[in-house]
Amino acid sequence: MTTHHITVTVNGEAHEADVESRLLLVHFLRDDLGLTGTHVGCDTSNCGACTIHVDGESAKSCTMLAVQADGRELKTIEGMASEPTLHPLQQAFWDQHGLQCGFCTPGMIMQAAWLLAENPNPDEAEIREGISGNLCRCTGYVNIIKAIQQAAGTLRESESAPVVAAATVEGQEVSAEPAAAG
Amino acid sequence: MIPAKFDYVRPGNLDETLAILKDREGEAKLLSGGYSLIPLIKLRLAQPALLVDLRDVSGLDGVGETDDYLRIGARATHRQIHEADIIRDRYPLLHDVTATIGDPQVRNWGTIGGSVAHADPASDWPAVLLAASATIVCRSQSGPRAIPAREFFLDTFQTAIEPTEVLTEIRIPLRPRGAGGAYQKLERKVGDFATVGVAAIVRLGPDGAIASAGIGITGVADAPFAATDAEAVLAGNPPNDDLFRQAGAAAAAQSRPFGDVRGPVEYKRAMAAELTLRALRTALERALAYV
Repeated sequence: MTTHHITVTVNGEAHEADVESRLLLVHFLRDDLGLTGTHVGCDTSNCGACTIHVDGESAKSCTMLAVQADGRELKTIEGMASEPTLHPLQQAFWDQHGLQCGFCTPGMIMQAAWLLAENPNPDEAEIREGISGNLCRCTGYVNIIKAIQQAAGTLRESESAPVVAAATVEGQEVSAEPAAAG
Repeated sequence: MIPAKFDYVRPGNLDETLAILKDREGEAKLLSGGYSLIPLIKLRLAQPALLVDLRDVSGLDGVGETDDYLRIGARATHRQIHEADIIRDRYPLLHDVTATIGDPQVRNWGTIGGSVAHADPASDWPAVLLAASATIVCRSQSGPRAIPAREFFLDTFQTAIEPTEVLTEIRIPLRPRGAGGAYQKLERKVGDFATVGVAAIVRLGPDGAIASAGIGITGVADAPFAATDAEAVLAGNPPNDDLFRQAGAAAAAQSRPFGDVRGPVEYKRAMAAELTLRALRTALERALAYV
């Protein structure tokens, strides 16, 4: 009576499972799907190490039930890189030494990715506010902020690079103009 | 931490939800964003037999003014409220509070109805609803019931909601010209619950004196409360810092803080006075700018 059939898409791949009502989403990801990149830190909604995207919005996966993810699209740290290239945030955390022990890094990167999707050109205060739900006990945040700034620049450049994309509008094939530089 | 076992249902509409609450009276808890309830069930401080997920229940969303009041649907997230044009343009008190609740992840998913129904004695929304003399609308199978905010927060984690009711919307009085509000929160770290939080509204009369004021305070009593003694100090008097300090002293005297990790009793009382002063100053500036 307490088991439910759920369908979720994780990093673009559809999964079906029978889950107990009380199963936390982070445990479903780690234990059932083997996606151990998402970490359990404080387990009390404070530290943000378990941050993932749920339907595009950042969420703390220790504070959601697996059954709440039914029908939703999830993205975890494993879905960030396009092999063999790291995501610009991953590369920037590497380049800027944005981690020491690395435990907070998956959540930090997922939260930063959400922040940059919302605000592609944040100032330092906006970055600090944006990651205020993610705790790092090693770095003092300075290099994390540098990394997010670097990635923001990389992502803005790739957005504004001239590309000819094909899009379908009302059934017609049209070519899009290159996006204007921000 | 693993929650104790419970069952879970996701009804498709409000009528179905109300029928479940009636059938399972006292056993069921409503699940909205989950950012208040799930931590509690993980700590096993709450062990409901059944969670009723409101995700598919329509009609509980939205933020907007009617002819009579500002309506906020119970399932509006803190972030949706923060980003609503009407809130940014005309309700700076609410915009203050939605900027300070939890952290971005909490604000993405946590809802006003969930937070208000949870009634943590240090949460932010109750202070605002008390200051504004808002109305909290609940619905059961017998129909809707409008509960004044000042009769709603009964005790720690206890409200006037009946087990067979769903909180459906919050109604906040429209902001008249010459009125302004502000929220001041003291927290140990960003995203923390309030050590003290003070919401203040000042309504100026045509003579420039304070026609009426509303003050709601969180964090320094068993439940958030309306600082009625401070409101009485303010009413009918010309606004100035001396008056605001008297109001702060009255608010502090009405508080009943506990000493804990966020500070001893005397500190919290002093901070209740100081934050009342600061909230009133900003509320006055905003009232003067909105004529």
